[in-house]
Amino acid sequence: MNAPQNAPAYNFAYLDEQTKRMIRRAILKAVAIPGYQVPFASREMPMPYGWGTGGVQVTAAILGPDDVLKVIDQGADDTTNAVSIRKFFQKTAGVKTTTSAREATVIQTRHRIPETPLTGNQILVYQVPIPDPLRYLEPRETETRRMHALAEYGLMHVKLYEDIARHGHIATTYAYPVKVDGRYVMDPSPTPKFDNPKMDGCPALQLFGAGREKRIYAIPPHTRVVSLDFDDHPFERYRYDGACALCGATDSYLDEIVTDDRGTRMFVCSDTDYCEGRRGDPEEAGAPQAEAPRP
Amino acid sequence: MYVAVKGGERAIENAHRLLAQERRGDPAVPELSLEQIGQQLTLAVDRVMNEGSLYDRELAALAIKQARGDSIEAIFLLRAFRATLPRFGMSELIDTGAMAVDRRISSTFKDIPGGQVLGPTFDYTHRLLETQSATADDIAPASAEGKLPKMPRATDLLAADDLIERSPQASEDERVGDLTQDPLSFPADRDLRLQNLARGDEGFLLALGYSTQRGYGRNHPFAGEIRLGDVEVEFAPEEIGFAVPLGRITVTECQMVNQFRGSATEPPRFTRGYGLGFGHCERKVMAMALVDRALRARELGEEARGPAQDEEFVLSHSDNVQATGFVEHLKLPHHVDFQAELGLIRRLRAEFEAASSDEVREAAE
Repeated sequence: MNAPQNAPAYNFAYLDEQTKRMIRRAILKAVAIPGYQVPFASREMPMPYGWGTGGVQVTAAILGPDDVLKVIDQGADDTTNAVSIRKFFQKTAGVKTTTSAREATVIQTRHRIPETPLTGNQILVYQVPIPDPLRYLEPRETETRRMHALAEYGLMHVKLYEDIARHGHIATTYAYPVKVDGRYVMDPSPTPKFDNPKMDGCPALQLFGAGREKRIYAIPPHTRVVSLDFDDHPFERYRYDGACALCGATDSYLDEIVTDDRGTRMFVCSDTDYCEGRRGDPEEAGAPQAEAPRP
Repeated sequence: MYVAVKGGERAIENAHRLLAQERRGDPAVPELSLEQIGQQLTLAVDRVMNEGSLYDRELAALAIKQARGDSIEAIFLLRAFRATLPRFGMSELIDTGAMAVDRRISSTFKDIPGGQVLGPTFDYTHRLLETQSATADDIAPASAEGKLPKMPRATDLLAADDLIERSPQASEDERVGDLTQDPLSFPADRDLRLQNLARGDEGFLLALGYSTQRGYGRNHPFAGEIRLGDVEVEFAPEEIGFAVPLGRITVTECQMVNQFRGSATEPPRFTRGYGLGFGHCERKVMAMALVDRALRARELGEEARGPAQDEEFVLSHSDNVQATGFVEHLKLPHHVDFQAELGLIRRLRAEFEAASSDEVREAAE
């Protein structure tokens, strides 16, 4: 009764239908040309640019009332920005949310791909800060668009080669460039390169949204995704060589956590859902952990 | 207990409560009303309307209050609200020549038809802190004549003698670009450039405009005219076929007169830089006019040497809502990528140590 007279009434999943249609057209084009960056008329969202507005717009455009949404940041469901985005969709779309990678139909992520293999009825939505893998080699959009059009990727190989000449290794550890379907070189978003192989042949649709830069791109299901490398310096995954201190996993990507002021470290799964699942108590998901066992 | 990644939800709620408390300040001090902000912090309201690109004084005042006086945060609030509004269509072109003028000055002529009208300006005030501005009960009434009717633009006087290039006229059926509806691509036409600058950060444009004056893309400007006043906004719904007035808005306009050029086929003429903004925003529109002229380097066959002449650089970095978002996103957790970098740097260091100890051994041998 005391609600303000013109309290804003937002559409399902916040965006108006016209905007959603515009975004869906961009998504369809992106799926049709794997790895190609499609410009779209990104809107001002009620969270800051650089905090996932691209991913949020893609999710808003594809979300239906029956979808089950999972949101992760750094692999975890309860990092502050993941909480904030999940709440946004709870409020504006009223969809069911989950922390389970198996249960979710749409997973929005920042900086990680879940350890649990994805399936054909899932969509993974990435938040992307700088969509163009060539941007740090050539700052001008007019130039990089031409380079992509001509598949002129020599500069990228030179950069990787210079890394090897200087450091003995390719010094790119995240946002490691990939070639999609043998054509476009694509930025996988700042995921650690550990996650790159998961993109290859993935049965789930992978959508990438960059709000501030106004670009959408995609990897359709079962598409070949190859990390750039050289015959004598093949692509290598990196994970800290050890087991998770909580669940004992030796195959997951680990976060390094400093536990005291004497520099004691513990290593735990970055994917909180995977870790909790392995500890076999899904009811405990989200509850504070008891004293963590020391390694 | 390891809690680094737990409890985000409660922490966020608490932070928001704390923010609300800080916003209110000492409850013993009366709360600021939107009327007070709208009436007494008018230039802050104007800036937020401009860069928020929404003409609504009340909402801008609300945004300023909610943002604790932070302009960029207030601009962001207004922009996010604006993005949800439906579009009915485009208004008719506003006619700043028919403006009801509050202030109008020209630095290119000593006097011009209609006169030099100072209006409400900080110019020529001595910047001395005045204690009475804290209370100000008895303000001597000004003897202004009120809004002055239609007066010719100083640049029109030059145009009558063909001494300055004509303002480009849009054809009836040509749609004006809108970068909030279509993604900006390069090269961008002048309509989109001007829209980008009108929404652009005042400080960024000020610095760029200043840089052209100091030689990074100099364009020899004169403030041909600056005018402030009210203009009518009209809209022609397709159903009725003629324009109906929607209301009046206050705008500031700057027509910069810049260095002339000519060619084998064209006689020499002055060129123009243009700035327009909501409310009273002289600094903004003057800087905008300087940058607009600088961005015409390509069109006018000038060599682009300064950052202000670099279209991609200027247009890609002028938006303070985008800029603040991306700069401040560095606050978000990045530990997954940082862990990957840590792994690499440890490996490189181990290899370095191994190589140096080899060298030491070899040297010893």
